[in-house]
Formats: sequence, C-alpha cells, structure tokens
Amino acid sequence: MAQHVTSSVITEGAHAHVHEEHEHGHHETFITKYIFSQDHKTIAKQFLILGIFWAIVGSLFSVFFRLQLGWPGESFPFMETLLGRWAKGGVLDPAFYYALVTMHGTILVFFVLTAGLSGTFANFLIPLQVGARDMASPFLNMLSFWFFALSSIVMFASLFVQTGPAGVGWTVYPPLSALHEASLGSKVGMDLWLVSMALFIISVALGGLNYVSTVINMRTKGMTFFRMPLTVWALFFTAVVGLLSFPVLFAAAVLLIFDRTLGTSFFLSDIFIGGQALPHTGGSPILFQHLFWFLGHPEVYIIILPAMGLVSEVLSVNSRKPVFGYRAMVYSIMAIVVLSFIVWAHHMFVSGMNPFVGSIFVLFTLLIAVPSAVKVFNWITTLWRGNLRLTPAMCFAIGFVSLFISGGLTGLFLGNSPLDIPLHDTYFVVAHFHIVMGVAAFYGMFAGIYHWFPKMFGRYMNNTLGYIHFAVTLIGSYMIFWPMHYMGMTGVPRRYYAFETFEFFNQYQGMNQFISTFAIIVFCAQILFIFNFFYSIYKGRKVTELNPWKANTLEWTTPLHPGHGNWPGDIPEVHRWPYDYSKNGEEFIPQTVPLKPGEKDEGLS
Amino acid sequence: MTTLLIFIALALIVVIIVQIARAGELLSVVRGQQEGEVSPETNRALSYFMIAFLIMGMIGGFWSVNHYKHLFLPDASSIHGVEIDGLFNITLIFTGIVFIITQILLFWFAFKYRGGKGRTAYYYPHNVKLEVVWTAVPAIVMTVLVIMGMKTWFGTLTRTQKPDLEVEAIAEQFQWTIRYPGKDGKLGKRNFELITPENPLGIDWKDENSHDDFITAEIHLPVNKSVLFRLASKDVLHSFFLPHFRVKMDCVPGIPTQFPFTPTETTEEKRNELNDPKFMFFLACAELCGISHWNMRRDMYVVTDEEYQKWTQEQKPAYDGVKASLEGEKQIQDNQEKTSGQQTEGNPISAAAAP
Repeated sequence: MAQHVTSSVITEGAHAHVHEEHEHGHHETFITKYIFSQDHKTIAKQFLILGIFWAIVGSLFSVFFRLQLGWPGESFPFMETLLGRWAKGGVLDPAFYYALVTMHGTILVFFVLTAGLSGTFANFLIPLQVGARDMASPFLNMLSFWFFALSSIVMFASLFVQTGPAGVGWTVYPPLSALHEASLGSKVGMDLWLVSMALFIISVALGGLNYVSTVINMRTKGMTFFRMPLTVWALFFTAVVGLLSFPVLFAAAVLLIFDRTLGTSFFLSDIFIGGQALPHTGGSPILFQHLFWFLGHPEVYIIILPAMGLVSEVLSVNSRKPVFGYRAMVYSIMAIVVLSFIVWAHHMFVSGMNPFVGSIFVLFTLLIAVPSAVKVFNWITTLWRGNLRLTPAMCFAIGFVSLFISGGLTGLFLGNSPLDIPLHDTYFVVAHFHIVMGVAAFYGMFAGIYHWFPKMFGRYMNNTLGYIHFAVTLIGSYMIFWPMHYMGMTGVPRRYYAFETFEFFNQYQGMNQFISTFAIIVFCAQILFIFNFFYSIYKGRKVTELNPWKANTLEWTTPLHPGHGNWPGDIPEVHRWPYDYSKNGEEFIPQTVPLKPGEKDEGLS
Repeated sequence: MTTLLIFIALALIVVIIVQIARAGELLSVVRGQQEGEVSPETNRALSYFMIAFLIMGMIGGFWSVNHYKHLFLPDASSIHGVEIDGLFNITLIFTGIVFIITQILLFWFAFKYRGGKGRTAYYYPHNVKLEVVWTAVPAIVMTVLVIMGMKTWFGTLTRTQKPDLEVEAIAEQFQWTIRYPGKDGKLGKRNFELITPENPLGIDWKDENSHDDFITAEIHLPVNKSVLFRLASKDVLHSFFLPHFRVKMDCVPGIPTQFPFTPTETTEEKRNELNDPKFMFFLACAELCGISHWNMRRDMYVVTDEEYQKWTQEQKPAYDGVKASLEGEKQIQDNQEKTSGQQTEGNPISAAAAP
C-alpha cells in the first residue's frame, strides 16, 4: 500500500529512474544532477556543503574577535590584510567587533546549526530511514535549498557593504536595530540581515512542510510511527517546531522592516536620538523581544533535537545495544516540543516585563529539565553493558552527552529568575548556550557526518584524523567554555569590546588569553576535519560492504551508490523496530527481517 | 620572515599528520580488518583517553575554582543579593551532585564497556520502574527549586512598603545620568519631547516637584535605606547593572522600569572587608546599546546616612541653572500674550495666523 503511494507521488523523471537502477543520469545534465537536483540525497549534500562554508566563515569570525578579547589593542597584521579598513593597523575596530559577534551568532545559529544540521540530515535520512523514494515534494525540497542559498548570498553580500554588516547582536533588539542613527551596524547591513532572514524562513518552511508530510504519508509498509528510528522522530518534531515558530520571526522581521523604512512605530516610542525627538510613539521594544524569542527559544530545540536524534542512533548502533527506553525517548521529545513553546520569556526576566509573567516562565523552564534528564539517563544506560565500538562518530556521541549534561545543568541557574538577575547577559550565559546548544549540536552533527559519510559519498572518512579531531575538540570545548562560567559568576558582561574601563572585570585578562588560545587551537582542529571531509570524498577508503556498521535501519539496505529513488527494486518492507541489537544471541536484526514465530516486537505495529 | 617560517612549519605538521593518518588506514586494510570495525587496540586507547579526560577534568575543575576564587564577586552587599547567593549555592549543590555522578557514569561506561574480542552486549531495551524513578526525582528537585526561586523572585521585586529613597537612572548612548528627588522626595515629571541641550533629560519644569531635583554623574546611596531605582532610557535599550548588589534591569525607551533594593555595606566597609583601599562599587551597562556599550561606567558610593545627608545638601538643584532663563522666557511669553491679546482686539486675522 505504502509503496503505491510513494510511486504515485514521485515525479515522472524520478519514477523512470527507479527502473534504470545503476544507470542513473544518462538523460540528466550536470545542472539537473548536481545543481538544481531534486534528489533528496543531493540536496542534503548541498545543505551540508553550504553549511560547512558558513561554519568556516562563522568560526573564523570568532577567531577574530577572540584575538581582540585575548590581546586587546595588540596588532595582528593579518587581520588588516583580511578585513582592511575594519582592522586598521591590525587592531579590530569596535564597530566591526560588534558586526563580527552579530554575524558569528546569526551564521552559526541559523545557517550552520539549522540549515546545515537539520537541512542535511532531515533531507538525507528521512526518506532513507522511513523507506521512501524521495520527499513528498522533491521540487519544493529543491526550492528549500535554493531559498537558503539566496538568503546566504544576501547575508554574504551584507559583509561587504560600506557601513558593514548588521552589528546589533544576533537578537537584533530594537530600537538599536530599528534606527539608522543608533549604530553603524544598524544601517544597510541591518536591512540586508532582515531580508536574508525572511528568505531563510521561507526555506525552513518549505523544507519543514516536506519533512512533516514525508514522515506522515510516505512510510513504507510496516513502518509504523513506533517503528521509526529516533533520528526520524527527532527530525520530524524539529520540522514541526520550525513550522510553528519561524513564521513568528518572519512577522517580527517584516514589522521591523516597516519601522526602519516606512516610519511605523511597532517597536518604538519616546526616543530622543541624534539631537532630535523622534515622532514614533506607542510602540514597545519588549514586544519585539516576545516575537523574537517565540522563535528564538524553540530555535534552540530546532538545533538540539536533530543532534539528539543522531546521537541516539549512533550510540545504539555502536554500543550494539538497543537505545534504552525507546518510548520514553519519544515521549520526552514530545514533552520538550510542547514545553519549548511556553518558555520563551525566560530570556526576558530583566527586560522590564512584569515579574509575575516571569514566574510562570520559570516553572515551565525548569520543567523542561525533566524530559532532558530522562534522555541523559537513557543514553548513559544505553552504554551500560554494551560492546562499544569507539568510532569517531561514537566518540562524538559520547562527547555530546557530556556537553549536554554540563550545559543543561547551568540552564537551571539561568532559568530560575532570581539567579538570572546577576547572571543575565554575562559570560555565564555565553558559556551555557555555547556548551548546550552550540558545541553539543556540533558534536551531534559530527557524529552524524562520520556515521553516514559512507552512505553519502561511498567512502569512509579517515579514522585517525577523526580521533585527533575528537580529542582536540573535546578538550578544547571545555577549556574554552568552562572558565567562562567563572567570568559570568563575577558579572563580566558579554558583548564588551574591551574591559579597560572596568578594572574589576579586567582581572580576567589572563583567562581571556587562555580562552582565545584554545579557541584558535580548536579552530585549527576543525580545519583538519574539513580537510578530512573533502579529501575523503575523493580519496577515502572505498565502501564495499552494504552495511559496514551492522545497523538495522533501512538506509543500509540501499545499494552502495543509490540512485534517485533509493532502492532499485521494491521498497523493502519493515517488520520490527530498529533497535534489535544483541537480541537472542544475534548481533543485529535489520528492520526488514520478519519476526520469528512468537517473537515480540519492541515497537508498535 | 618569521610568519613564513611558522606557516611552513604548520604546513609540515599537517602533512605529517595526514601521512600518519593515511598510513593507519592502509595498515588496517593490510591487516584485513573489516570495514566499519574498530580494532581492540584503538578501542582501548580511546577508552583510556576518555577516563583520563574524566579524571583530569574533575581535578582541573576543582583546582580552577580554588585558583580563581579570589577574582569572584565578593559577598552581596544588598539584602536580596544575599538571598540570591544562597539560592545560587543550593542550585550549585543539586546540579553539582548530578554533574559529578552523570559524568563519571558516562565516561566510566565508555571505559569499562569498550569493545574487545569476546564481549557481547546485553539486550536491555527498557525498564519502566527505573524510568519512572528518574523522571520523578528530577521533577521533585525542580519543584523545590521553583518554589525557592519564586520566593526569592517576588521577595526581590515586589515592593511591600514605600521606599526610603527614590532615585532615577537615565541611560543614553553612552552614559548614565542619575537624578535625585531633592528635599521633597519626589521626582519631577520628564518628557522626551522637552529635551534640549539646556535640558538634556527633558525635565518638565512646570511640575514643581522638579524644582529641587538634582542631577549627578555618580550614584550616592545611604547604607541600610531601601531605595527604588526608577530606570529609563532616552534612545535604545540599556541595562542597569550593579554586580555587587545583584541588581540588573533593562532601561527601555517608552516603558518605565524599576528595581528596589537595600544596600547593606558602605564602600568603606567593603574596602576594609576586601582589604583593598581602591575598591569601588560601580554601575555598568549590560544590554548591547551600540559601539561604546563597553564604556558605560559610573562609580557608586554607599555611605553612612550622615555623610549622605551632608552630600545632598551640597548638591544644587538643576532648576537653579535654568531658573533665570526660564523666568526670563516666561516674562517674554507673558508680554507676548499681552501684546497679542491687544492685537486680537484690533486685528483678528493676524492673531489667527500667529503660532
């Protein structure tokens, strides 16, 4: 039944393909195959490679501003070479410092950890793991990538405008972001930022619609919801969260564009700037914060849920054990999804919002620790009495759990409003969110890339380089972000260009140098990873086994180089949940193996 | 030249690493190791790395707290700040226990259950009892933290009685102005449309409460008196941050905000306590407000009540500076009204045209 549905949904061209088996591409040009491709696997790779490009740009920016923080006022001639007038004499200009931190946040949150992470793996894994030939709408899927590319072009162009890119923080709070005269970073760069974000949201919406409809409608025969791998569950709910929250940011961006250009006053009131009182009255800057964080908070779950899904799968496969408490894992994702929509104002405890409103958000925020804790305990129990195969993917998955614990626990400080009073907008916050959603999500992404690289490119990544990458990154992540907690507990505010005015904060100069040094080391380790990635695409060890990790999920039943349509013949039928590892003395039982008489399936049929 | 040498050296290191990595890969092929398998030696090496990381990390964590302790914020100098610090410590104990236990289990399992020849994994898909326990325990802990948090939160921000003193802090790019209510204890009205170079805060001089208000650059507060800070901004968002008093609240254009607190230590007492004669309380901006956000500092003095009274008497009301010109203006205005009134009688058309 499901197979008929899939075949009828797939486009004509792709359908013809299915029967061509390995001879895919004879009527395909380079353009239709690699550029305007409608194959979900190619689109996934496009998302990944554009994401990697942005990751290099975004993290390079962090190296620039870390140099300023570590060695304020010192001259780094290469910065002048790269940044020109923004680093005259090799010293970073304060205006461009703020542009860099803004772009670092924007790029990594949206372009790398949203598009690059869930764009890549939702595209690649959803059809392969639910047993579909492609997405529900391959055309919209292609558009989703190209809207992302368009948004990338606009954002990239904004880096080169005369007044610099947006420099008002990635949260673009008005009035700073609404008034041209408020800041150099609030001129044309800010307009481009808003346009780019609007395009990006279209991309997320098109992708999300596809992921949701594919999971709901196009599962193969026997693939009930409760037989789906946790990756699919996570990616599915990520798409749901994105669809429900990103449009709110779209609204905020449009209203902010109106305030900037049409003279409306949605977010502006009672302002005297540039020597004159502005005519805007009646708006509220806090309204923007509500709109922004109504996306902004679910956004961190959009980032972390795919990583959780990838990690659950990688941990289980490489422990040779079922993921512990599969259903509890699914329910905890659901709980996180529901709660993620009612915690946004915990970013605003000291924004001037009514303290009573804040108290409600404390309750829900701390409540979200419960499903998160369940997930952590379940991952740890998955390792217990396993037979761990410490591949680079597995190492990063373990690293993910460690970081998720460390960063999650500091959330209990920030989520409790009285503790947020001294900690808000300090380095404690920087440390918290970098560990729990920045670095941890990157670990999930690395685990995913190392694990599914053989399926993506038909070759392996180099393990030794992978282990070096892992070791340096794990040590480095803690060396960078652990000390930042101390700075935050001392009240050192974030987004300070230098601390020379505050000798009390300036005491941490030595620590800042230490952090910056490790930031550069970790950056170099990522270059090693990127080298490994591109080198292995062309020169890596070739995959000759269909199922090298001995995994149960459906993607490993496809040919070594699956064409458009994924399976040359019929789509395989599914008979069991995906986590039958080491059951009844068998090392692994793929989902396609029928149940033995009397055998109980852990999933739900 | 040195840059070039460093560059060459780095390039060489990279080449060497890559060559070693390639050799490792070839070796595993030669040894006939199956694709996707990890050799027992590699597993062992990594599991030792994991356990070493755990041990070094734990030692490093404890060592660094001691090493940096002298730089941390000293004990809070306000009544609510002490409560916040107490809640911080309780949260630290709860999270610290969970942190240590979970990290140890995680890396210990990664070490103990590393793959090797002859090991098989244990099929253990779920255990409802266990899962209920570790859902319920965090839920109980969270309830405790929420209840304690709410007590502190409302205790901090709810005003139950009239404050002894109201002070206003007005933020703008990139400075703070502090306004005191003067003898009457009442702050005069302000309006952003009245802002002029002579009246940078837009004080409404028609409101007589404003006539004894005085403006300063630094904050002066009497110790052990409750103070309500009224916060405002002229242009963009700023945040009023007094780290030593655990005070932070945004200043929002168009929306008045406030923060009540009671300082419990004078600057002098804090200097003695910390044995640092140069110690100074200060105000900082904690919300990105533009390119000089990092320069918005004001000094703050907490003094005894007598010293404070003496200080206030030395301050001159802002109205004094403008009184003469304002009264002059008023006279001119009155005269104009008089003359225009006379004109109205004679020539109604020009009166209608007059502004």
